[in-house]
Amino acid sequence: MSSSDDRALVLNPILCDGRGLCQEAAPDLIELDEWGYPLMRGGGLRIRLSRDDEQQARAAVQSCPKLALHMER
Amino acid sequence: MNRLMLATGPTLEEHVKPYGPLPPTDGRAKDQPGRLIDEIEKSGLRGRGGGWFPTHVKFRAVVDSSAGRSRISRTRRPVLIANGMEGEPASSKDAVLLAASPHLILDGMEAAATTIGATEAFLAIHRGSPVIEGVQRALAERPSGPVAITLVTPPARYVASEESALSNWVGEGRALPVHPDRPFQRGAAGRPTLVQNVETLAHLALIARHGGEWFASVGDPAAPGTTLVSVGGAVATPGVIEVPTGTPVRELLERAGGATAPVLGVLTGGYGGSWMSADAALAANWDPSSLQAGGGTIGASILWAVGGDVCPLQEMDAVVEWMAGESAGQCGPCMFGLPSLSDDLHAVAVAPADDLALKRLDTRLGLVAGRGGCKHPDGVARFVATGLETFSEETALHAEGSCSSASTTPLLLPVPSARDHFADPDGRDFR
Repeated sequence: MSSSDDRALVLNPILCDGRGLCQEAAPDLIELDEWGYPLMRGGGLRIRLSRDDEQQARAAVQSCPKLALHMER
Repeated sequence: MNRLMLATGPTLEEHVKPYGPLPPTDGRAKDQPGRLIDEIEKSGLRGRGGGWFPTHVKFRAVVDSSAGRSRISRTRRPVLIANGMEGEPASSKDAVLLAASPHLILDGMEAAATTIGATEAFLAIHRGSPVIEGVQRALAERPSGPVAITLVTPPARYVASEESALSNWVGEGRALPVHPDRPFQRGAAGRPTLVQNVETLAHLALIARHGGEWFASVGDPAAPGTTLVSVGGAVATPGVIEVPTGTPVRELLERAGGATAPVLGVLTGGYGGSWMSADAALAANWDPSSLQAGGGTIGASILWAVGGDVCPLQEMDAVVEWMAGESAGQCGPCMFGLPSLSDDLHAVAVAPADDLALKRLDTRLGLVAGRGGCKHPDGVARFVATGLETFSEETALHAEGSCSSASTTPLLLPVPSARDHFADPDGRDFR
């Protein structure tokens, strides 16, 4: 699989309100926990992205009404 | 070993007698820290607030940010905050030091502020602390130095002593953790901010006098010097003692008068720290790496022995309920996860234990760590996970419907009752 180096999807948990739209936009990257907050693939606040992930990651960023997600690098 | 509390009283005169005056400290030269930085690096001093982060690295990072060398900051004058908040309820070392040696801390603040080029410095002590009056007296009797030192009294909340929350308080009057900026990049009022524990600054005042080599002449080479330890629980004479790092835990307990009952386990580091079995603790030394190797953590240098007719699960239950209420309520996994952990733990602490709750705990412990804007949820998860491991016999007993303790036993671990509001009622004007 081709990788795009250090690209990452990053969550700011203080901004996040648990609306859950990101999970619908990026079901392969994000699950929701029992309280409705995003569980990032691999845990923590940042997902390292392969090229195949990028489309979903961008959709997740655009879906968040609280601007709690952004892409890095 | 006594380095930090040689003064026979809290006055300036009583301070200068054993220590002598603070030698003049070189100021920051353009975008390099003052020359004291070399002695700090040589000393190997690490932060005594809980993180044990190398002090010289933090100093340099603040100066770099303030000189516009960090990615996100432009040139701005840095700020110093001395952290005397002591948010850990089982800790008393900062209050003891503030009461006994206020001028040593203030000397350290002066030396630190001069070294990084700060002209404003804040000493933070939590609202309602009994040591505030003494510190005000100490500030009033000092001749005015190169640095204006202001006493601030943020709310007595657990997360208010976290360094980004403290910077947020000084800048904006909100004692809530900030994410993702760190204070050294963008702290109080957006300025690069150096936050150091008051004990760290007291050590710094001695390094300014005697040099880094002197400081590192005692203690564990990887984290040298002496350290204050708050020893409590089932010991004859609980209190604060100063020892070289690397002192055997066994010796710390002896210095506190010895255990008053068979020790079931010890809490190391505080409520955001780790439980250790008595055997593991007695084999460890009081320094970051030895404790970590034994499954503990030095954290805010708290050693609390649990023993006698108490149920450790009930002790944990009370602490976790309190810690859940101390969430700043900013991040979902903390705001909702900690009360869930607390409910599950309660169902295990009260015999007969709820089987399902124990299983749920296992899953939920993995759901809160690493998902907050600060490390508060991580600390609670570690407290619960290491406690369940340390007291697995008690957990098994509870599963069978019994408990090793008489149910009327009072709780030993301190849990404050009153809760301040996170925001400043008076507003703030510092910019």
